[in-house]
Amino acid sequence: MSVVLFWALAGAAVVLGVLVFRLDSMAQVTFALLGSFLAVAGLVLLLGLGYLGAVIALMMVIEMVIMAVFMIMFMMNPAGLMPMTMTHNRRGSLVISVGAFVVLAAGILLVDWPARDGVPPPDPTFALGEALMGGQMLTMMTLGVGLFATIVATVVLSTDRGRYDRLGDELDAPVADDPMGGGVGR
Amino acid sequence: MADPTAALPLWSVLVLPLLLISAAWVAVAFDAALTARARGGRTEVAAAVLLPARETARLLVGQRRRTLAPDRTLTTTGVVLLPIAALLAAAVLPLGARPVADLSVGVVWFNAMEVLAWAAVWAAGWGANSMLSLVGGYRFVAQGLAYELPHMFALITAALAAESLRVPDIVAAQADLWFVVLMPVAFLAYLVSTAAMAFWGPFDAPVGRDVAGGAALELCGIDRLLFVGGRWLLLVVAAAMAVPLFLGGGAGPLLPAPAWVALKTLAVLALLVWLRRRLPTVRMDRFAEFAWVVLIPLTIAQALVVAIVVLQRGGGM
Repeated sequence: MSVVLFWALAGAAVVLGVLVFRLDSMAQVTFALLGSFLAVAGLVLLLGLGYLGAVIALMMVIEMVIMAVFMIMFMMNPAGLMPMTMTHNRRGSLVISVGAFVVLAAGILLVDWPARDGVPPPDPTFALGEALMGGQMLTMMTLGVGLFATIVATVVLSTDRGRYDRLGDELDAPVADDPMGGGVGR
Repeated sequence: MADPTAALPLWSVLVLPLLLISAAWVAVAFDAALTARARGGRTEVAAAVLLPARETARLLVGQRRRTLAPDRTLTTTGVVLLPIAALLAAAVLPLGARPVADLSVGVVWFNAMEVLAWAAVWAAGWGANSMLSLVGGYRFVAQGLAYELPHMFALITAALAAESLRVPDIVAAQADLWFVVLMPVAFLAYLVSTAAMAFWGPFDAPVGRDVAGGAALELCGIDRLLFVGGRWLLLVVAAAMAVPLFLGGGAGPLLPAPAWVALKTLAVLALLVWLRRRLPTVRMDRFAEFAWVVLIPLTIAQALVVAIVVLQRGGGM
């Protein structure tokens, strides 16, 4: 049963991944990529990592739907009503992808993998939480703050409006001058 | 019932859709009865009860509407995905004491499956190649960004108090005190996000009248049946999840657990259906700011309070 599921999910992940570069509509491409990620989430579930699998599915759906908005926004020909292609610089990308595949596959076959030492934890979710909140706490905190700083910096750099545009030169306007009003009435 | 905490037997997979459809049927009939009453005149109970059957039959024989250069693949994906997302999310719902699939990460599974609605509504809105339906699809994504984080915090607060992601554990942790008392803010945020998730009033802008039906505008026949039916199922499942998370699951005097689950679910559903008529549609941009500036800090504060309570009880590690 799990062998059949493995091959079905692995096949789906690869086929949908190939479709990302074959389809000619940005919307369909996004959903093909989402389908590929969901198949990978299924594979992770199959490994017995329930939490990671469910979280991958959760994050990828949200991420790819938001990604669809941005990909379509920045695409020259978003709807794919005229032929669109996902591949550019064909020769260069072919060299890079084939090279990367060969290196990784050779690595899998050539590395002298160590034998398994110890047994899987009884509750992988708990073990993951303990690792993140214990030994890897500093790494994760640094990573989290770094990512957050990147997001804030990107938004600050890309917006053309600041607090002086909103609240006037003295920052004393009673109501902010926003192009679109919010729900809290600031 | 040898082990009261194990999952239900395999045949329950077939019963679950029937139960959900029955609950959706009751909700549609109740909604129709309220509509008839609001219009004035007599409330035809028989007509309201039969409405779901009549609509289903009408949509089943109806033709698909053809638009210019549609994306059939995405329309079909979106339309089929909506009821499937609701069904998959319902797998961890305890029907009585036990769910169909007793996952150790039930709450995360529920969250992951219901969020498929984002993809479904957007794809259905995109597929028709029609402007107003596309506007509806985008509106739902914007709304999703507003409701999803308060929703996650509400879910995780319930899991935090029970110190488990498994839904039956969360029910068991409410033996002394229902979580609706321990964490009223999380419960309210959950109810708000339930309505927003099923794009139910007052958050029905994605299928609003101002965009002529939005994401569902060009859907006819079987497509419309699946989309609208899927939306009802999503509302039912999200309302039903409030019962194990906040309302003590099947706990209650006299009646057996499944009866209490059904009663509480119908009560939450009735509240949501009734509230829609009391509140005007909220625009997504207003809701987004409210969600981020008010709801998220409130739910985080609620999680903090619950975490302190858990630590006081000697929980944690």
